[in-house]
Amino acid sequence: MVFVASDDALTVPTAVKIVIAGGFGTGKTTMVGSVSEIPPLRTEELLTEAGVHVDDLAGIEGKETTTVALDFGRITISPQIVLYLFGTPGQNRFWFMWDELAHGAIGAVVLVDTRRLDASFPSIDFFEHRRIPFVVAVNCFDGAQAYTVDEVRGALDLDPAIPVVLCDARDRESSKSTLIGLIRHSMSRLEHAAR
Amino acid sequence: MSSREDWWYDEAAGPLVRPYAMVRGRTRPVTRELHLVTQVRAARQTQTADLTSLNVEHRELLEVCRKPLSVAEVAAYLDVPLIVVKVLLSDLIERGDVIVQDVSRISEIPDRDLLQAVLDGVRGI
Ligand SMILES: Nc1nc2c(ncn2[C@@H]2O[C@H](COP(=O)(O)OP(=O)(O)OP(=O)(O)O)[C@@H](O)[C@H]2O)c(=O)[nH]1
Ligand SMILES: [Mg+2]
Repeated sequence: MVFVASDDALTVPTAVKIVIAGGFGTGKTTMVGSVSEIPPLRTEELLTEAGVHVDDLAGIEGKETTTVALDFGRITISPQIVLYLFGTPGQNRFWFMWDELAHGAIGAVVLVDTRRLDASFPSIDFFEHRRIPFVVAVNCFDGAQAYTVDEVRGALDLDPAIPVVLCDARDRESSKSTLIGLIRHSMSRLEHAAR
Repeated sequence: MSSREDWWYDEAAGPLVRPYAMVRGRTRPVTRELHLVTQVRAARQTQTADLTSLNVEHRELLEVCRKPLSVAEVAAYLDVPLIVVKVLLSDLIERGDVIVQDVSRISEIPDRDLLQAVLDGVRGI
């Protein structure tokens, strides 16, 4: 086996990430897949039965464990920068996982399905409380949009500074512009904080 | 090299014993800076002689990491839980066979220049 090393063998790119959050079945994995340059990958984190994060294999032999799966995609921005998109696990009980996902993130897209707005409340609370920049993306299931952006904003009781956009998670351009909206929002938050 | 199924998957052992067995029951703490998106790559041309002291899991990991990848990607490609990949990576980092993204740049919130570059990049895809 021969490993071919190139001239830049001692460097690695800078990695950044965006979290795609929202309630169960709101289109998170679909959005990751529609903009990722690779088919979404899946990785598993090990948990004890009590839902505690296993960060050391010490003492877990013989104990019951379960796993939580994460879907993610990748966009190579340049040889120096890679962007990862992580869908949050559907089940809300894995909050520790959300902390790891949100750690150092550019921000989050919170997907909402207007037929089940409440499914996305916990995501919104999570990012609000941690002061992580996020945008709300109303996923247009069934093509028809029953509510206006303002109605959704009102129903979610959102801070006026939080952007709300309509999107179709299956559509690459629509998902792209949702990401662009989030990055711009994060930039303006940064400028605001610097002032 | 044996196929992945031969050694990553053990029907009888199940999902618990399998990862434990894979790291030979070691309980070393994993390198702290290994987050989901932390970039890792094989450090250099590794001579066959050096590889003989590595087990098959480490060798496959080095093979996958010939180009820079995130910890999460390595775990996905090897089809093992993240914790197992973190333990294996910790071994290889200690040996100098894998290099890892500068720790100081990982937990930081991206700065304006980085955000601008990402914005331009996403616009261009
Ligand atoms: N009509 C329509 N269907 C969509 C849209 N986005 C996703 N879907 C469908 O909705 C279903 C759920 O989408 P997923 O992407 O799996 O949702 P998720 O949020 O990842 O789901 P969980 O991970 O199970 O919480 C799938 O059958 C998708 O094909 C959309 O914009 N419009
Ligand atoms: Mg999903």
